[in-house]
Amino acid sequence: MHFWFNDEHEMLRNVVREFSEKEIRPKIRELDEKEEFDREILDKMAEMGFLGVCIPARYGGAGMDYIALGIVSEMLEWGDTAFRETISVHVALNSLAILQWGTEEQKQRWLVPQARGEKIACFGLTEPDAGSDVRNMRSRAVRKGDVYILNGEKMWITLADVADHFLVFAKTDPEAGHRGISAFLLERGMKGLKTGTIHGKMGARASNTGFIVMEDVEVPVENRLGEEGEGFKIAMSALDNGRYTVAAGATGVIRACLEESIAYAKQRVAFGRPIAEYQLVQQMIANMQQRLDIATLLTYRAGWMKNQGLRNTRETSLAKWYATEAAFASANEAIQIHGAYGYSNEYNVERYLRNAKGAVIYEGTSQIHTLLQAQYALGYRVDKPLRCELPPYDAEEWSREA
Amino acid sequence: MKYIVCLKQTPDTAELPKITPEQALKGNEGVTKVMNPWDEYAVEEGIRLKERFGGETVAMSVGPDEVDEALKSAIAMGCDRAVRLWDEAFADSDYWSMALILAKGIEKDGGADIVLTGKMSVDGNAGAVAHGIACKLGVSLLTQVAKIVEVGDGKITVERLLDEGRETVTAPLPAVISVVKEINEPRYPTFIRIRKASRAQIPVFSAADLGIDPAQVGAAAARVTWTNLVKPEPKKREVVIIEGDTPEEKARKLLEYLIDVEKVL
Ligand SMILES: Cc1cc2nc3c(=O)[nH]c(=O)nc-3n(C[C@H](O)[C@H](O)[C@H](O)COP(=O)(O)OP(=O)(O)OC[C@H]3O[C@@H](n4cnc5c(N)ncnc54)[C@H](O)[C@@H]3O)c2cc1C
Ligand SMILES: Cc1cc2nc3c(=O)[nH]c(=O)nc-3n(C[C@H](O)[C@H](O)[C@H](O)COP(=O)(O)OP(=O)(O)OC[C@H]3O[C@@H](n4cnc5c(N)ncnc54)[C@H](O)[C@@H]3O)c2cc1C
Repeated sequence: MHFWFNDEHEMLRNVVREFSEKEIRPKIRELDEKEEFDREILDKMAEMGFLGVCIPARYGGAGMDYIALGIVSEMLEWGDTAFRETISVHVALNSLAILQWGTEEQKQRWLVPQARGEKIACFGLTEPDAGSDVRNMRSRAVRKGDVYILNGEKMWITLADVADHFLVFAKTDPEAGHRGISAFLLERGMKGLKTGTIHGKMGARASNTGFIVMEDVEVPVENRLGEEGEGFKIAMSALDNGRYTVAAGATGVIRACLEESIAYAKQRVAFGRPIAEYQLVQQMIANMQQRLDIATLLTYRAGWMKNQGLRNTRETSLAKWYATEAAFASANEAIQIHGAYGYSNEYNVERYLRNAKGAVIYEGTSQIHTLLQAQYALGYRVDKPLRCELPPYDAEEWSREA
Repeated sequence: MKYIVCLKQTPDTAELPKITPEQALKGNEGVTKVMNPWDEYAVEEGIRLKERFGGETVAMSVGPDEVDEALKSAIAMGCDRAVRLWDEAFADSDYWSMALILAKGIEKDGGADIVLTGKMSVDGNAGAVAHGIACKLGVSLLTQVAKIVEVGDGKITVERLLDEGRETVTAPLPAVISVVKEINEPRYPTFIRIRKASRAQIPVFSAADLGIDPAQVGAAAARVTWTNLVKPEPKKREVVIIEGDTPEEKARKLLEYLIDVEKVL
């Protein structure tokens, strides 16, 4: 057993940190204020390989492992949540689902351009009337010969208005509960497919969040991901990867809160001494350090399990639940340490709090993760093997060119 | 064409203020080290030369194991390979000995058409190594290079940045050039290149491999030694607010202050 990152991970961490420092941080206050998604930053990310970080080289990716996916998420969200969210939906929720469940033709057609960063992808599960309760979705897919006709609406979809490719879920058999859901790959330009942006979010304001409307969209049968009725399993397995990136990103928020609180506490003087010397301030710093280490260990344990090909639904859920709550609590304390300055957008910490709140809601609310953990502990929930598992990381196989 | 970029690992500039003169004198700074920021421009230009005129770009550095990290960064940016020169005897070499070691390293690697260096290092601040290498190799030296205009017919034409303008000069190859930051914008490494660079094997050459007599290098052979180092005093800033009822009164008081107190007028 060992607990260190290898050279590749360290180099990647340094480069992504530098990227966040130089490309994201100088612009973020304005992007956040104006609710603007910065396409230029996305294009640079695409060029460097962010969008295919852990996808095998033969599918157009960088051929790194799942730990690298975590590092990219962590250090991007150290910059801002918006850009980590891009990784969560494009890489983890969409691309990895295709890697896991797609046919070879589907991987060539959808995954390759996504991993190369030529096409942007999103994940449409949530609907206006169905969030946590996925089974209750209303979107319908009706088979007519070689096509499915899709109707329905998806809401709160990250990158909805930016994406070229959409992984959406709809019911093929409304009577069959979660076994009646299927997954489909859609692309912009299909007749009847419309998207829009939702404005007025509390946080993640530099991200694009929107809705997808499907009105009699004709989707060829070969665009169905997995078997008919396998959609729920596909969605849940995709969330195992998405939640991992959310946990890693939250770790980046805690890291930023701690670093900025330390710097501020050392230079802010009250009652004749730097506030860092007061034990009540030290308590908050210590809390953040504790959370950073716990979140890091939980997150990268899940990443390590993915590398090994071990089922990690429980461990990922725990990491996501813990790290996102810990990020919110850390941002709250970071503001406290910054006093009135922390309450204004002159400093980053108020943005961290607004951003961190989103992450305790999406990809499973804290309540849903609490219930999951209890069900595992009590033995009420046991994960069964899937027809297609996420492939374990194999350095040689992943670096093999096409 | 072959290009060799000589680079150094130096303290992260963000951490430079933490270093005490005592630590700097001992050469044991105890902070995070990265590629000398000036050298990033040299690496970038070395890669661009390869892209423009074809050939191979090699990164080279003198230093212990930890220097591999900076060399791997150079490979991640786009250098084809890297070479490290190290021997206990090299420790505490001055600029002149450093130039000798690098010149021997360049010869060992089969020579180069163009050797690139940064303008100076952020720790030593001497900017003397490029001169030394050119001297030892007996080739052209071009410093303060802000643009490489043309390479061909055994010649290189560059623009040099001067205090009051630019000059364009041509020199025969091989040449050693030291570049300034105006020359380019260093690229980020791609993830694919990071993966490859992290797995790169970097060969190391010792004094014996390079045919260097240990007496020629290291502390004992140094012609320049640091006898004292002082940190500049932190700049003191003071704010004076000139009070007055009318703009005219404020202006008069300001003028008096500048003449009588600060004596700047
Ligand atoms: C910024 C942002 C980006 C998003 N991006 C995406 C995306 O890209 N793709 C996508 O598909 N979705 C996305 N979502 C949607 C997100 O996944 C949902 O908001 C989330 O699943 C919760 O669903 P809901 O909002 O409908 O809340 P609800 O499910 O209505 O929950 C409301 C409250 O009830 C609680 N609750 C619900 N059921 C139970 C229960 N059984 N026991 C106890 N408490 C319960 C919840 O914990 C919550 O507190 C995004 C959301 C946000 C805010
Ligand atoms: C919306 C808003 C409205 C305001 N309105 C007014 C107003 O109308 N009039 C006015 O005069 N002011 C106003 N303020 C200022 C407010 O009263 C100050 O922000 C507050 O007193 C804290 O001071 P500070 O921000 O300088 O933080 P600091 O005093 O610098 O404190 C920073 C951190 O250090 C901690 N700390 C400081 N000393 C100690 C110690 N000895 N031991 C342990 N911890 C310590 C603090 O608890 C805090 O966490 C307002 C502030 C806000 C945010």
